[in-house]
Amino acid sequence: MTSTDAELEQQFDEVIERNDRIEPRDWMPEGYRRTLVRQIAQHAHSEIIGMQPEGNWITRAPSLRRKAILLAKVQDEAGHGLYLYSATETLGISRMELTEMLIEGRQKYSSIFNYPTLSYADVGTIGWLVDGAAICNQVPLCRTSYGPYGRAMIRICKEESFHQRQGYELLMTMMRGTDEQRAMVQESVNRFWWPSLMMFGPPDAESPNTAQSMAWGIKRNTNDDLRQRFVDMSVPQAEALGVTLPDPELRWNEDRGHHDFGEPDWDEFMQVVRGNGPCNAQRMAHRRRAHEDGAWVREAATAFAERTVAEVRGAPATSLEASALSDPAEAPQRTVAEVRGAPATSLEASPSEAPARQIAPQPPSGEETR
Amino acid sequence: MTDEKEWPLYEVFVRGKRGLNHVHVGSLHAADDEMALRHARDVYTRRNEGVSIWVVRADDITASSPDEKDPLFAPAGDKVYRHPTFYTIPDDVPHM
Repeated sequence: MTSTDAELEQQFDEVIERNDRIEPRDWMPEGYRRTLVRQIAQHAHSEIIGMQPEGNWITRAPSLRRKAILLAKVQDEAGHGLYLYSATETLGISRMELTEMLIEGRQKYSSIFNYPTLSYADVGTIGWLVDGAAICNQVPLCRTSYGPYGRAMIRICKEESFHQRQGYELLMTMMRGTDEQRAMVQESVNRFWWPSLMMFGPPDAESPNTAQSMAWGIKRNTNDDLRQRFVDMSVPQAEALGVTLPDPELRWNEDRGHHDFGEPDWDEFMQVVRGNGPCNAQRMAHRRRAHEDGAWVREAATAFAERTVAEVRGAPATSLEASALSDPAEAPQRTVAEVRGAPATSLEASPSEAPARQIAPQPPSGEETR
Repeated sequence: MTDEKEWPLYEVFVRGKRGLNHVHVGSLHAADDEMALRHARDVYTRRNEGVSIWVVRADDITASSPDEKDPLFAPAGDKVYRHPTFYTIPDDVPHM
């Protein structure tokens, strides 16, 4: 390591030490970058794959109200995936590479989405338990040491609250219904409880990356801490709802001030992670098909954009609209004098200030006018 | 897997409400400016987060060096007299 590298590493350590944020163009250890790419990409893939279990029910929603809510929620998941892909791309990996790694199975997504959604109650249970577990995981990540990841998490957490509440409200509505509807809710909760606990990852003793991730400020809490927090939150919510949680060992421990609870089936967890869950193959096949079926749309949009640019280049570059669309490198060079004389279309300058302030050529049409 | 060309990256700025600056909110890929604006609406303003959006090609942005010790910022470092607290005014002078 050269002395410069040592200095850079020391600067990095100091930023982490004072709980400050690392930003995209900062120097960072390769392991930090690699860990972030793995974690944020897995998170992004989870949002995208997570559209499928619930998307399954959009066409069969029991009312227009529920359909509108579910559509909005699934659209949010797509948005969350995009925030997180953008954050991952700031680490020097392309969107296309990320998509390919998902489709080729080289990067993972949360194993919870490999379980099927068998009834509409599952839409409610996913909102309550799965999104509830996600919120437990994600709230501390708003303070993660990597700036773009933290900012994406802040946006996501604001929106996840709607997800959890719509789910819980859906279940409350069903619990006020018939015996059959109450049984549907209980059956759904029974299926999703344990996989929800697995969402926090393996026990701390078997989570080799946790210590380093916490030292780097990427993770703020251990898997077991977050799992405990989730159990403590969920128990009173289950009581209010009138359902039981399928764990005979679940009870309040006065000494610890927490609930004791049973051990999830970690063999099942490993099986699902390895690709042998109930829906792994189906989720991947669907994602691959969506990507391949969308190829013509992406190609057409690219061709349209290229044609528009080509047409504009062919035209005389007199219209403001045209020079804004053309590639700056190809556009006729404009002098500072010309620009100063140009109409005050700079983004920030008020008309009276424009001649003095607008010193760099700006795309003259200005986004304001679009 | 494919020889498909990736859509360019755009940075997105949103004005939350009248009277505020546009603020950087994130980025997205789009084939052209028009599509970038539409995607920005769908991705970043699903809950009335904005009244105006700017999108700009990421490779059109010129940025300063990320290093906080960059000499670019040195001129501001030693000019304490630019801050109001540099000046001592007696406590009994009102409205200062």
